[in-house]
Amino acid sequence: MKSATEVDLQTEGQMARTHYLNVDLGVKSWLLTTDHKRIGILYLCTILIFFVIASVAAALMRLELLTPQGDLVTSETYNKLFTVHGVLMVWFFLIPSIPAVLGNFVLPMMIGARDVAFPKLNLFSWYLFVAGGALALWSLIRGGVDTGWTFYTPYSTTYANSHVISMAAGVFVAGFSSIITGMNFMTTTHQMRAPGLTWFRLPLFVWSLYATSLILVLATPVLAITLALMSVERFWGVGIFDPKLGGDPVLFQHLFWFYSHPAVYIMILPGMGVISELITCFSRKQIFGYGFVAAASMAIAILGFVVWGHHMFVSSQSVYAGMVFSILSFLVAIPSAIKVFNWTATLHKGSISFQTPMLYALGFIGLFTIGGMTGLFLATLAVDVHVHDSYFVIAHFHYIMVGGMVMAFMGGLHYWWPKITGRLYPEFAGKLAAMITFIGFNLTFFPQFILGYLGMPRRYHAYPPEFQLFNVLSTAGASILGIGYLLPLIYFLWSLKFGRLAGPNPWRATGLEWQTASPPLKHNFKETPIVTGKPYAYSAQEDADLNLATV
Amino acid sequence: MEKVVDPRIYVRTCAALLVLLGLTWAIAYVDLGPFNLIVALAVAITKALIIALFFMHIKGSSRLLHLAAVAGLMWLLILVSLTLSDYFTRGWVPLNH
Amino acid sequence: MPILTSPPSESALVAEQFDDIEQQRDAAKLGMWIFLASEVLFFGGLFLSYTIYRFTYGHVFMETSRRLDVVLGGTNTAVLLVSSLLMAFAVRAAQLDQRRALVRLLLGTALLGCVFMSIKMVEYHKDYVEHLVPGTHFEWTGADPSNAELFFWIYFAMTGLHAIHVTVGIGVLLVLALLASRGKFSGGNYNAIEIGGLYWHFVDVVWVFLFPLLYLVGHR
Repeated sequence: MKSATEVDLQTEGQMARTHYLNVDLGVKSWLLTTDHKRIGILYLCTILIFFVIASVAAALMRLELLTPQGDLVTSETYNKLFTVHGVLMVWFFLIPSIPAVLGNFVLPMMIGARDVAFPKLNLFSWYLFVAGGALALWSLIRGGVDTGWTFYTPYSTTYANSHVISMAAGVFVAGFSSIITGMNFMTTTHQMRAPGLTWFRLPLFVWSLYATSLILVLATPVLAITLALMSVERFWGVGIFDPKLGGDPVLFQHLFWFYSHPAVYIMILPGMGVISELITCFSRKQIFGYGFVAAASMAIAILGFVVWGHHMFVSSQSVYAGMVFSILSFLVAIPSAIKVFNWTATLHKGSISFQTPMLYALGFIGLFTIGGMTGLFLATLAVDVHVHDSYFVIAHFHYIMVGGMVMAFMGGLHYWWPKITGRLYPEFAGKLAAMITFIGFNLTFFPQFILGYLGMPRRYHAYPPEFQLFNVLSTAGASILGIGYLLPLIYFLWSLKFGRLAGPNPWRATGLEWQTASPPLKHNFKETPIVTGKPYAYSAQEDADLNLATV
Repeated sequence: MEKVVDPRIYVRTCAALLVLLGLTWAIAYVDLGPFNLIVALAVAITKALIIALFFMHIKGSSRLLHLAAVAGLMWLLILVSLTLSDYFTRGWVPLNH
Repeated sequence: MPILTSPPSESALVAEQFDDIEQQRDAAKLGMWIFLASEVLFFGGLFLSYTIYRFTYGHVFMETSRRLDVVLGGTNTAVLLVSSLLMAFAVRAAQLDQRRALVRLLLGTALLGCVFMSIKMVEYHKDYVEHLVPGTHFEWTGADPSNAELFFWIYFAMTGLHAIHVTVGIGVLLVLALLASRGKFSGGNYNAIEIGGLYWHFVDVVWVFLFPLLYLVGHR
């Protein structure tokens, strides 16, 4: 059975004889691999498991919210559902998704290297991730946690009757996995670029991974110590967040958000890097303002560290500190906006084709912009007092995380799938799933902006009847969104056996990773490439007749 | 091959560190008010700098390593200073009684 | 252009992802320094907590600090400083291919690390006997007993985390000594010794800050 009509521009529709997938066979060769490409695939399989569990939790929540009464689950159970959804989605899906899957796979190839700087540490980081995930699942099996993914004291330390410590331990261990990945990526980028590959010739995906790694290395340790302090206080019965000793519960929030705000940039920066790759390839155009986009990645990483207090405007934090954090939060929006402008300018007069990766990229730009602008509302002190802890916040971060990050992940996965597997996914199914996802997403989350503005609080499983219409719309959207995610799972698996062979460069993309076979050899390149020019050397005029697909 | 350091430099480094240790210990018995903290921190920072420069071979290493060495401290400063901005200014708004 | 290769005698020491021995060494050093930066932030959360509470409860902290044994603490500081000297010499021995000296210096550093841990345990025992361990048996006869308990919680947390790092360091040193005794290191390849040294010096630096901040608050 042929896959969807795809003009096969590559005459060599064959795979390399031996490549990284078949060079060693057997479970042991996978579990003891030090090949960055295999490790990327190991991460992909693992994060999928957590994505499914967290999605099931979300589905149950949305089912509960169909009716104003809390009639499907008890409030304790509902608390556990939103906690597991948050913990698993943030730490066990979003944070590793692009860096550990696509970054691991693509980064060494993009810089012309045979592997990352520390391949054995890379494998170790995956095992740490699995161990952390196992601890989190253990906590779930024992009955779960009801503190919310934010683990605020004094509830988490003193009053919660759920399995906080094992869940915190799982996040703690997974945190070290991400620190090691960040350290590995930074060292790799500094030390192992191919001859001629100067910093300003790097693809923007590499810049974004570097900026992400900076945050991974500097922010995650603070989360680790904070969760440890919280757990010890819980276990020992006394601690530094305890007012009985003169401690301050809000100190926990300072420490927690010092990590967790930069964490959202860990989640979005790699996505932005993917978008730069997709927009240039599918408009056949040089990126507009390369230097600005690279600098913006670094600016986001650095500025992202000085805004955490905007999560604490109503926590009893000093209003003067609040003002400082508010101004800085406005500042951090600027580099993100610069990126959006530059992507748009790249599209201008480009030769645009609407392949599946491009659909996800365009969706990203629109939805991320909405999410980002609503962030400005939240950064405004007076508005935040009104919408804090409401569905407005939930809609804001889901627009960025799901409308932005997950779509970037899907775009990147579709884009590099031919490189990873040597096969093309079916293009029509890809486009269909992208459209379904876009529609389902907006139907799910746009009503939540309205709900939040009207006053519906988050983390409640029962609500006043006047909110029901928007909740029903949101749940309807969620079921459509679910289909949008299910379809790629099915057709990606299908493509492994039946997909068209891709050849080295089905997208006619620039970039060193496309100079390798699909799937690549174990050590990527037969000879170390030498780089002589800038990235994204596309020409819209030359490629005006280029037909990447017919539909 | 990396440059081999003259062993006397290591010995002198250790001697300097022990002298500074004695200094900070002795000053602790003098009441300098708020300056006790400042002096203690200044001595500690000096000792840390000496260890980094000579024992950890920062002296003579690349600018990149200098940057990596400083980065952690800079970020710690961000954490401490912005958090203190909350605690120091909490009392500025009087509570309504 | 072919993959850059290193001279035959060295190429066996270069891992396959690296082009030459220098790249491997630079990567190892950079990687360890980046890891140490993350460790600064790991301890940083505790330093922040200490800072907040010291400014809030300065007087109590002075009283509580005086109950810590400055002789034992000061001695421990000296022990770690001398251990760093031995570690620096160990790296030098590795550079000069002096295998026996290398093993002895690594073991000497580890030994001083154990001395540190022993003194620490003596101190902890003393604190326990004097009811200074936070929890149900904590006793404080001075003013503000709850704030005093807060100081000791921070004291045990900071020195405890540091002690864990010292213990891990001792383990690393013993492993390095074992590998060194088997001839794993040479003048051309002693990265593990160098970066093990960086870790050990870092642990020393942390204690250099812990000592005055915990034992020498205000004046005695």
